[in-house]
Amino acid sequence: MNETFSVKKYLRNLKLPFCPGCGAFTVMNAFLKAVHELGYEDLSSFVFCSGIGCSAWIPSPYFIADSIHTLHGRSIPVATGVKLMRPSLNVVVFGGDGDIVGIGLSHFIHAARRNLDILVIMVNNMVYGMTGGQVAPTTPFKAKTTTTPYGNFEQPLDAANLAVVAGANYVARWTTAHQNELKEAIKKALCLNGFRFIEAISQCPTAFGRRVGFKDAGEMVKWFKEKAIPIEQAKKLGEEDLTQKIILGEFIQRKRQTLTETVYSAIKEASNVEEN
Amino acid sequence: MKTAKQGVYFWQGSEACAEAAILAGCRFFAGYPITPASEIAEHLAKRLPQVDGIAIQMEDEIASIGAVIGASWTGAKAMTATSGPGFSLMQESIGYAFMTETPLVIVDVQRAGPSTGQATKCGQGDVMQSRWGTHGDYSAIVLSPNSVQEMFDLTVKAFNLAEEYRTPVILLSDEVTAHMREQVAVPSIEQIEIVNRKRPKPSDKAFFGLTEVPPMPAVGEGFNVAVTGSTHDEYGIRSTADPLVHKRLVERLNNKIQNHAEEIAHVESYNTENCKIGIVAYGCTSRAIYEAVEYAETKGIKTGYVRLKTIWPFPEKPIKKLAESAEKILVPEMNLRQIFHEVKKVAEGTAKIIPINKIGGGELITPEELLDIIIKEAE
Repeated sequence: MNETFSVKKYLRNLKLPFCPGCGAFTVMNAFLKAVHELGYEDLSSFVFCSGIGCSAWIPSPYFIADSIHTLHGRSIPVATGVKLMRPSLNVVVFGGDGDIVGIGLSHFIHAARRNLDILVIMVNNMVYGMTGGQVAPTTPFKAKTTTTPYGNFEQPLDAANLAVVAGANYVARWTTAHQNELKEAIKKALCLNGFRFIEAISQCPTAFGRRVGFKDAGEMVKWFKEKAIPIEQAKKLGEEDLTQKIILGEFIQRKRQTLTETVYSAIKEASNVEEN
Repeated sequence: MKTAKQGVYFWQGSEACAEAAILAGCRFFAGYPITPASEIAEHLAKRLPQVDGIAIQMEDEIASIGAVIGASWTGAKAMTATSGPGFSLMQESIGYAFMTETPLVIVDVQRAGPSTGQATKCGQGDVMQSRWGTHGDYSAIVLSPNSVQEMFDLTVKAFNLAEEYRTPVILLSDEVTAHMREQVAVPSIEQIEIVNRKRPKPSDKAFFGLTEVPPMPAVGEGFNVAVTGSTHDEYGIRSTADPLVHKRLVERLNNKIQNHAEEIAHVESYNTENCKIGIVAYGCTSRAIYEAVEYAETKGIKTGYVRLKTIWPFPEKPIKKLAESAEKILVPEMNLRQIFHEVKKVAEGTAKIIPINKIGGGELITPEELLDIIIKEAE
């Protein structure tokens, strides 16, 4: 903890694949800084699972760690198998909004319902970035994307609230404009158990920003700051007042029994039945 | 009872499969309910926790095979069981398991398709899907049991092949074989051959190449293994554009199975060197050949057969041998010609290949039906 922080300690000597100005750099940095501040000298107690999309490349293969880069949308099922068989490992899922709450939405809900002991960090850039900027389930209403050239005619999904309703033990949302808060949320989540979900609103200047009128990544981050409203304040406002806002903060922290606890107590019960 | 003791049991096919899996070392099952495969999940849900294993019902078949892949990377032997519709949903992940060299076993208890079809009725329509279901160039190992005893034996075999070749292995069962009850002889655990995956030495770093079947680490052991379904080099590092890396990887993955096709391809043969009429059959349909051949012989018709226990890689050699002797080869199947075309590819020109097909209602091809055709073709 005393030594100065450098991401290099945790990264393979490979060129990172992200575009200039991408929010994935910020999220990667926040995660590794959180790990560093918690005193992890390396990532040997972690397993990273990710799907397909730019954010799935945050851990794989760049982290010097075990990483399983799975199919599009399927990081959480793979993480389920890993965590159940090796409950002592810290299983962390990185993914984009398309990966986690588009194609993989059902797994996300069920993992939260089961209270599976994993941390899911969803980098929400509001678009399918890797494939060139198509509309996502998180794209704001009326936003122009390559597949909604006349503006998005759908309403975006509130992933953080969904995780709360489904049963997650910990849910927080921050943006890349709130690096310290994001890092602190990751630190907190890494010290809790059960299903933990952190949504990091992030900028994709390449496939989203420039199409919706932002000059560069900096302008997008500024936009996040302007739209941000703390959850405590948001609770006092009506739905109308919140349509153009990004609600930030901790959505829930609770101590529901976790899946590893219940699965392993079932195994114990089975062997007791057997002995009788 | 921890694992099944040596003895003779009267089991359902699904039960024999589940008990064999446990004896083979399987300690993780994830599945989703589907007729006619649910009994395997039910039996393992009861039995796995008794041997400190885990059985979990996932939200769908995609999640099921995903969890199995994750479990396999912790070093566990893991499996799932499904039927046609679920098997279709798993195809993308089967390709992933092949590409990442993740050993696992998938039991497909076939029913009458396509689509929902006749969900409770037997069929053999997944033969080609089991070989070609996922996208891209790949090779499959697929076994076909035709009795409850073989549901036991070939489940053990499926785990062994998965571990030996570091690849997904499919046990292509069917409604009849999985649901019927028969006598099963379970050997003592010492008599059962168990193969375990090759593990890396502490200094090993190449888990995706350099040797035909590279050693497989588990997560959490300090190997820093990078697993990806993207094209990757020997060290697991993604290589999305280099043609040589892709060629090297995909050719090795296919060759490690194809170069051992003869070792993997198991058949049961009878009178293949001295027959006029030959039969090539597999799975539940092959149960009719024994009686039909016996009766044909009493009528003086020299009849032989090759019964496929391995469907893929396709056992070419024994079929070529059969064709050298037989003038005609009958291929009975509960589908509209699938293995027929494979037999044709191997033996056309040497023998005349005659398809016998029956679908719907789960009605099996009977020994009488088969005998009638043998008599007709022998004239």
